[in-house]
Amino acid sequence: MDLRKDPNEAANWKGIWVFAEQHGGNVQNVAYELIAEGRKLAETLGCEVCAVLAGDDHIESKCQSLFDHGADKVYLVTDPELQHYRTAPYTRALTQLVDKYKPEIFLIGATTTGRDLAARMAVRVNCGLTADCTGLSIDPVKKILQQTRPAFGGNIMATILSPNHRPQMATVRPKVFKKEKIKNPKSEQGNVIKFKPTLKPEDLLVKILSIVKDESVKVNLQDAEIIVSGGRGIQDPKNFKMVEELAQALGGAVGASRATVDAGWISAHHQVGQTGKTVAPKLYIACGIAGKIQHLVGMQGSDTIVAINKDPDAPIFKLATYGIVGDCLEVVPALTRKIREIRG
Amino acid sequence: MDIAVCIKQVPDTTEVRINPETNTLIREGVPSIVNPFDENAVEEALRLREKHGGKVTVITMGPPQATEALKQTIAMGADEVYLISDRAFAGSDTWATSYTLAAALKKLGKFDLILCGKQAIDGDTAQVGPGIAEWLNIPQVTFAVKVEVEGSKAKVERLLEEVNEIVEIPLPAMITVVKQINEPRPPSLKGMMRAKKAEIKTLSAADIEADQTITGLKGSPTRVMKIFAPPQKGGGEMLSGSADEMVNALVTKLRERKIF
Repeated sequence: MDLRKDPNEAANWKGIWVFAEQHGGNVQNVAYELIAEGRKLAETLGCEVCAVLAGDDHIESKCQSLFDHGADKVYLVTDPELQHYRTAPYTRALTQLVDKYKPEIFLIGATTTGRDLAARMAVRVNCGLTADCTGLSIDPVKKILQQTRPAFGGNIMATILSPNHRPQMATVRPKVFKKEKIKNPKSEQGNVIKFKPTLKPEDLLVKILSIVKDESVKVNLQDAEIIVSGGRGIQDPKNFKMVEELAQALGGAVGASRATVDAGWISAHHQVGQTGKTVAPKLYIACGIAGKIQHLVGMQGSDTIVAINKDPDAPIFKLATYGIVGDCLEVVPALTRKIREIRG
Repeated sequence: MDIAVCIKQVPDTTEVRINPETNTLIREGVPSIVNPFDENAVEEALRLREKHGGKVTVITMGPPQATEALKQTIAMGADEVYLISDRAFAGSDTWATSYTLAAALKKLGKFDLILCGKQAIDGDTAQVGPGIAEWLNIPQVTFAVKVEVEGSKAKVERLLEEVNEIVEIPLPAMITVVKQINEPRPPSLKGMMRAKKAEIKTLSAADIEADQTITGLKGSPTRVMKIFAPPQKGGGEMLSGSADEMVNALVTKLRERKIF
């Protein structure tokens, strides 16, 4: 919606919406993170925070967890064709919902699904879209959304506005904001708005044939509390075994730098960084990772960062809570042994 | 089959810095390259042409110097290239860019397949490919790691966070590709000769019959309010001693932090 064509329309667009991305009925953490952040923005705007949950009829049972994480209201969008995410039926359904209920702000996780959906929707509803935000705030005077994001591989930050269009749409990087369990008096009323979209045959052209699991992913990277990542400094693809052993000893997941993924040492599902995943575990151990900015932007939110690298000038040490200058091939196995010893 | 590839000329982002005093980009001395993911898209188009016949057309929207990027794709083997360039396009965000590229594609004819890189390494938005698909009203598949065309359909494997998803999509379609899909070929000698001699055709806003109220900065819903350097971190504690001593010290500190 272009407000320049009808400035009086602005007042009709109200509330902050969060897309409650779900796969197989599991609402993704990024949805809860965005509801928590949305509540902060809503304080300034004095508006509601609403979750948008789409799926088949079984998905209704997931509304409660959205309330428990702070949603004031849930828009429940159901159709059998919405069971698994596909671009066209989701775009159709959510565009119809936006047209009917007119949100002021629409936040979507910057996941592969969220970025696929938001980019298509923004053109259809004629609104601005800012990709992969890491910071959100409200301009106290103009009451519009300030969307901050890294660009140029993380070398610069930019703050973007969509002053004249509604909704103001943004995809937001997972793991930047923290989810919260909130006792929300409004949510006890269980305010669910049910919506049945009208899908068209042309929305159903793409068919999902199968899902291929990656056997090398033993622990899900984005939900792991401990991550051990390997970079070029481990010298040989075989040495990912050493990284895996440390991860296993700690009960954590295996991450990787872009250089190792590009070199084919490990699958892309492990990549951390600007073009990979953003993670924020309790403990991140970087083994032989120099720490190019494009990697750092993907893990700088970690609580504790340990860097192990031969080069004392490696940029990773600027970010590390604890730095060890040394050969990974010596230090990492020693650390694994020590941890096994403690844990018995 | 007729394949179009949309590419972008980008600064080599590893070299881009910000002037902390003026908060402006320092672009001097920063080389321009073809967006790496777009090179994968060109490579995939060439492979599909080799298998199924047809023609590969490459387009880019940008200033006159973007012809260099187009020439690079001729050197790789592209059949036809077009520069979409007009002052009316200056300052486009992803919304206006996708409109403009879609208008150019419509003007250039019917394509069975349109390929893009998953995102450009300067903006990192991944929004232009799906935007074009919406303007053209064709289905899209993003983050493709494998594309097989069979008749009027394509089977595409998508690289998602934890799994890969295999989908079937009817043509014409938009597919955006990830780096793992292929290894872009180096330019051939013959290709380089062709590129050197090639006259690059430029299409203006009028040529592609673009509605100029929705191109460029004026047609862009988003505005850049400010740019700034990311905050610098100070650095933490360096451990010292032998490997075993450092490991012991580290474990003690991690246990103090109640990590394990």
